[in-house]
Amino acid sequence: MPFLPITYASTSTKILSSWRTSKPVIDYTKCTRCAICWKFCPDVAIDLVVDSRLKSPNEKFSSLEAPSIDYDHCKGCGICETECPFGAIEMVREEE
Amino acid sequence: MTGNEAVAAGVKLSNVKVIAAYPITPQTTIVEKLAEMVANGELNSKFIEVESEHSAMSAVTASEMTGVRSFTASSSHGLLYMHEALHWAAGMRLPLVMTVVNRAIGPPWSIWGEHTDSFNQKDTGWLQMYCETNQEAMDSILLGYKIAENNKLLLPVMNMLDAFTLSHTSEPVEVRSHSTAADYLGELELESKMDFNNPAGYGSIVPPDGPFMEMKKDMRDSMYNATNAIKKEITTFNDLFNAELPGLTENFMMEDADYALITLGAISSTAKYTIRKLRERGQKVGLIRLYFYRPFPGEEIVKAVKGLKGLGVVERNLSFGQRGPTFEDVATALYGRVDVPMRNYVVGLGGRDVRVKDYELMFENLVEGNNEIEWVNVEAR
Amino acid sequence: MPLTIPREEYMEQGHTACAGCGAALSMRYMLKAAGPKTALAIPACCWSVVPGEFPATNLKVPLLYTPFAAAGAAISGLREGLDAQGKEDYNVFAFAGDGGTADIGLQGLSAAMERGHNVIYIMYDNEAYMNTGIQRSGSTPYGAWTTTTPVGMKRDFKKQNKKFVADLMIAQNVPYVATATIGYPEDLERKISIAKSIKGPKFIQILSPCPPGWYHNSADTVKISRLAVESKVFPLYEFRNGKFSLFKPGKTARLTDYLSLQGRFAHLKDDEIKVIEESVNERWSYLLKKEQS
Ligand SMILES: Cc1ncc(C[n+]2csc(CCOP(=O)(O)OP(=O)(O)O)c2C)c(N)n1
Ligand code: SF4
Ligand code: SF4
Ligand SMILES: [Mg+2]
Repeated sequence: MPFLPITYASTSTKILSSWRTSKPVIDYTKCTRCAICWKFCPDVAIDLVVDSRLKSPNEKFSSLEAPSIDYDHCKGCGICETECPFGAIEMVREEE
Repeated sequence: MTGNEAVAAGVKLSNVKVIAAYPITPQTTIVEKLAEMVANGELNSKFIEVESEHSAMSAVTASEMTGVRSFTASSSHGLLYMHEALHWAAGMRLPLVMTVVNRAIGPPWSIWGEHTDSFNQKDTGWLQMYCETNQEAMDSILLGYKIAENNKLLLPVMNMLDAFTLSHTSEPVEVRSHSTAADYLGELELESKMDFNNPAGYGSIVPPDGPFMEMKKDMRDSMYNATNAIKKEITTFNDLFNAELPGLTENFMMEDADYALITLGAISSTAKYTIRKLRERGQKVGLIRLYFYRPFPGEEIVKAVKGLKGLGVVERNLSFGQRGPTFEDVATALYGRVDVPMRNYVVGLGGRDVRVKDYELMFENLVEGNNEIEWVNVEAR
Repeated sequence: MPLTIPREEYMEQGHTACAGCGAALSMRYMLKAAGPKTALAIPACCWSVVPGEFPATNLKVPLLYTPFAAAGAAISGLREGLDAQGKEDYNVFAFAGDGGTADIGLQGLSAAMERGHNVIYIMYDNEAYMNTGIQRSGSTPYGAWTTTTPVGMKRDFKKQNKKFVADLMIAQNVPYVATATIGYPEDLERKISIAKSIKGPKFIQILSPCPPGWYHNSADTVKISRLAVESKVFPLYEFRNGKFSLFKPGKTARLTDYLSLQGRFAHLKDDEIKVIEESVNERWSYLLKKEQS
């Protein structure tokens, strides 16, 4: 077969954390699990996970899916911080 | 059957599934004929009436990518307008076939024959074949798909016929058997076609340390090394259809020739007539007609010209600021292998007749073989 | 919480769009509604680089790269090629920038729509040629700085109004035409789904803010998208079977709220902002009238 310019490999193994100058940190005590951050992430870097160990505003929320930042793929754009209606995400400067 | 009708018949025989084309004289009657065949249900094909040649080539590139045999045709300015998309089709290794009815490039406007349009495309990664007869025009479509779809090659094929002398002139043509043609070509099975179960990027960017050069080398090697496979395919074709396609080249009265010309396409017929006439007068002259131009039949030429006292390369196209491209390619093939005095003749631009007396003049002039370029049948200003 | 847009992702992580890229969100949303039975054509634009270098791709649908002017023709060919194999149930999408749509590809787009192929053409509109480094396009709005409309002593920002390609598609009577933007993902998903349900040509223009090209904070991409709608700079509308409907945002914003977040408008003086304001209002009343007629 000829050598074709056809690409099958996934990009998801690429680590892009070096792109960031600051990183989003979720304060789970404020997070209502609304998934708005998940919805607006251009890098698909927020997973939704069920993790009962995560804090929550009250018990009602602890069994719900919570956002979890995938720091290998987050570019630190800050959209999630801007869009979170509950002020539960804060951008924190990356250490040099 | 006219050349353009023969092409349409060849497309029908090839069971083409998608056609996209834009009209331009003298290709138009191919498009019209195909549209009519589709309208009559004679040909079960999708017909995309595109708004430009760039779109024609881009549309058939995309349809071929889905895995169906596709076709287009153009001429002259239309072919130039496709240039970018021609690279795209070849670079994606798609076995398209396209017919080019060779016509001059303006300005000044001219709708008549010459080969500059397709010569301008010789470096796009397409195989190029120049037909001498309408029978060849039909056969070259079938043969073209067969060669292009060869898994080792997977490069598109451009089939040329001269404006009006072939495209609009009737000649006897034997339409090949439909069932034999269907068996011969079979259905297109393109391994690299768009696959929904295993989604890929088709034509993704490649950085300098990626395999860009390797891919281009693979294209070049695939074409350059295809000559044996093509020759074999021609033999099979001739046996199967009782056809008379030449090899990569046709040697005409070359066995004992002292002087010979190299030509492409329909003007070769007058050259042959002239040679017969000169032979009657005892002159040892012959002709090498290049049926394939890409891959360039260098080995064939080397073999054919051994022992010649003079070789004239007849050019129905033009490159400014250098000798003609055919001359350059022949000289490159012969370099360091055969030492034959050569001359370059520019003929037949803008549909200018290439007459018997013009060929006679070329053979006379050839004796001087001094690497110069000569214009034939041109008024002095 | 129930999710308001489909969960499935057909755009993977690891792509090379800038941080906060609106066009990346456009693709993400488009594919969620499009689903896996989708063939995509992308001409030269940011998105011809974003999916990744050889041998990678970040899309879970097949993607054909095409020459810059060829998106319209490529989707025509994909459609007819698939139909010739009885694959009528596969979607065919173009995903092209504003340059590839409003400028070099306009002829091919117009013709593809006119021929009536069953395709969806998505124009992601970041209002300039971003891939080549922020040059003006026909879709760049009045007042914007770009590298080919630089603001020097002679104040040579873009002096011409934006060409709204969606309006042109309505003039051509394309069966479904819509505008959308990434600040309204549910609306965008809905419009793609409607487009999928209609047989024939469809056109959707998605305003996609671009942090480096618009000189805005990457965190404000979604906010600016919403402000574009709330300030009426980028009205959302739908045109279906000859019926035009205009979205009237519940919350309105001032034009300056929209402009002031973007460095590309930073040079504008009050009278120049006034010019923008007038043309925004004029267009809004034109669209209102269109809805009533
Ligand atoms: C025929 C041709 N001319 C010019 C270019 C260079 N070029 C590549 S992308 C681009 C601009 C793309 O702008 P747009 O369509 O708005 O997409 P964006 O990059 O903004 O996403 C240009 C000018 C090209 N690839 N092909
Ligand atoms: S900072 Fe940007 S990239 Fe990172 S998780 Fe938030 S939205 Fe996604
Ligand atoms: S230049 Fe703009 S559109 Fe292009 S990848 Fe960056 S943010 Fe996205
Ligand atoms: Mg753009």
